[in-house]
Amino acid sequence: MREFKGRVIASGTVTAEALVSYGGLNTLASFQKALQFGDKTATCGDQNNKDLYGKQMAGKALCLPQTIGSTTGGLVLYCACSMNRQPACMLFSKPIDSLAAAGAVLADVWLDNIQMPVIDSLGDDFLQYVKDGMKVSVKEDGTVIVD
Amino acid sequence: MQLTNEQQAILDGAQGETLAKVMKTLIKYGEVFGAEKMVPVTGKHNHLVTSFGLKALGPVYDLMEQLISSGDISKQTFSVDPRPLDKNVPANFLQNFIFNNFMYSRQDYYEDQLSKLGLMDKNAFTCTCYMDEVGNKPQKGDILSWAESSAVVYANSVLGARCNRNSGIMDIMGSVVGYVPYFGLLTDEGRKATWIIEIKTTKKPEAQLLGSAIGMKVMEEVPYIIGLDKWLGTELNDATCTYLKDFGAATASNGAVGLYHIENLTPEAVESGKTLLSENVKTYVIDDYELEKVYKNYPIVWKNPDSTPKLCFMGCPHMSLQQLKDWTDKVEQGLKKSGKKKVVIPTVFTAAPGVLEEFEKTDYAARLKATGVITSYICPLMYMNNPLSGKMPVITSSNKLRTYTTARYYTDDEILEQITKGGKK
Repeated sequence: MREFKGRVIASGTVTAEALVSYGGLNTLASFQKALQFGDKTATCGDQNNKDLYGKQMAGKALCLPQTIGSTTGGLVLYCACSMNRQPACMLFSKPIDSLAAAGAVLADVWLDNIQMPVIDSLGDDFLQYVKDGMKVSVKEDGTVIVD
Repeated sequence: MQLTNEQQAILDGAQGETLAKVMKTLIKYGEVFGAEKMVPVTGKHNHLVTSFGLKALGPVYDLMEQLISSGDISKQTFSVDPRPLDKNVPANFLQNFIFNNFMYSRQDYYEDQLSKLGLMDKNAFTCTCYMDEVGNKPQKGDILSWAESSAVVYANSVLGARCNRNSGIMDIMGSVVGYVPYFGLLTDEGRKATWIIEIKTTKKPEAQLLGSAIGMKVMEEVPYIIGLDKWLGTELNDATCTYLKDFGAATASNGAVGLYHIENLTPEAVESGKTLLSENVKTYVIDDYELEKVYKNYPIVWKNPDSTPKLCFMGCPHMSLQQLKDWTDKVEQGLKKSGKKKVVIPTVFTAAPGVLEEFEKTDYAARLKATGVITSYICPLMYMNNPLSGKMPVITSSNKLRTYTTARYYTDDEILEQITKGGKK
């Protein structure tokens, strides 16, 4: 078990199974198909992301360095939250990028009853340690415990 | 964050609950990046990234409806990215059915919303809003609330305006409330370069390839490019601006570049030179070998890599008027050389509606039509972004289109050869 400490972007507590993208997450490419075709498990549709392609993202502790791609990224994340197809939490090893931050803030301010803790700056160690399927617990103060 | 009395009053609800939420959103967004104040948006027009009535984005249209209902529309008129549909672009029966009845079934509804929110005019749909023919060209020093990565990087780098790489929705929120958080590329410090890029090629580098190499190396950081003025000159004329449009789009999509400086060429580099460099800059040298290496490393995501291309898209970002004219000459010459009358692969050149309107007034339009090339205002990315089109073997010289879709990248010369001669796979 290891404990990591990051910065809280959207607070909350949650325990979920880890799903790891070692490269940047292209939000539009990853979520579009799931939002378009009613896939409640949010299966990743980004063929360029070998870590996530074909895996279910909804309800998982999504561990990643940053998001990349189209500047629609923030609104796509907002839509995923609004349609209840969001990850259980998003855990960034690097400082969060502007697109993911926009999605997290939009969901936080404009949606009721949606909880998706977002923690950033967890460090490169975090991404090296965490693997798919590990149990991840997020605390209110930005502490992330990986079993 | 330190707010003015007026900003605090908006946040406290003096101008309604919805505008208070808009302000709260922008403040929280700014605080993530250490912004200490909100500054007025000073550009004449905004530019939005979300142009498509995609059924999947219902929650976005609900949010827009909240803004319209409460009367919180944009304080600036705005242009918006290209439309996702155009009947001029070849599509089979199934594609047309899915585009019109399923994917983009909310297009008319959303365009009506855009009109109510402050759309410049019914043709203001393009990613190259800064073209003279479109009329949304910011001034140096203007503070913007734009999204669309290719337009943001152009406005920052070539025009000297100041804008962060905002997400969709955040873009319109800035012009609804009239303020944006002051951080990143809005600040002098954020505009300093952390990379020196030395260009040591033996010929003018392909814009889309050079942008890709730099984007993948520096990601979201600011590069200061040395040696490119040898190939581009020191004047921001039509040809150079067109080059920088394509170059910038590749840096922004293959990486996440929001601003670049080119020594002796772009406005801030001309003004301040190497004082734009941060301490401890990193260096990346680009020569012919490096560009070749980058090109060779692009994954080919076609199911059958040897497929014959079924469509060619040029114009992501949208082509300039000069580019349309130059390519008319090139296609004619290519066809003459190969002894053919028309292009051998269905080919679409995309440009802003205003640019196409001007192009139609020239004799180039009839000449291009005679070659079989189709012109369109469509967004190639939106055309490609679905499972049916994704399975089509499409070729392009756009590195942005390559990055976001299954389209395969070729250099301009290779594209010309393929569409006029065929044979090369």
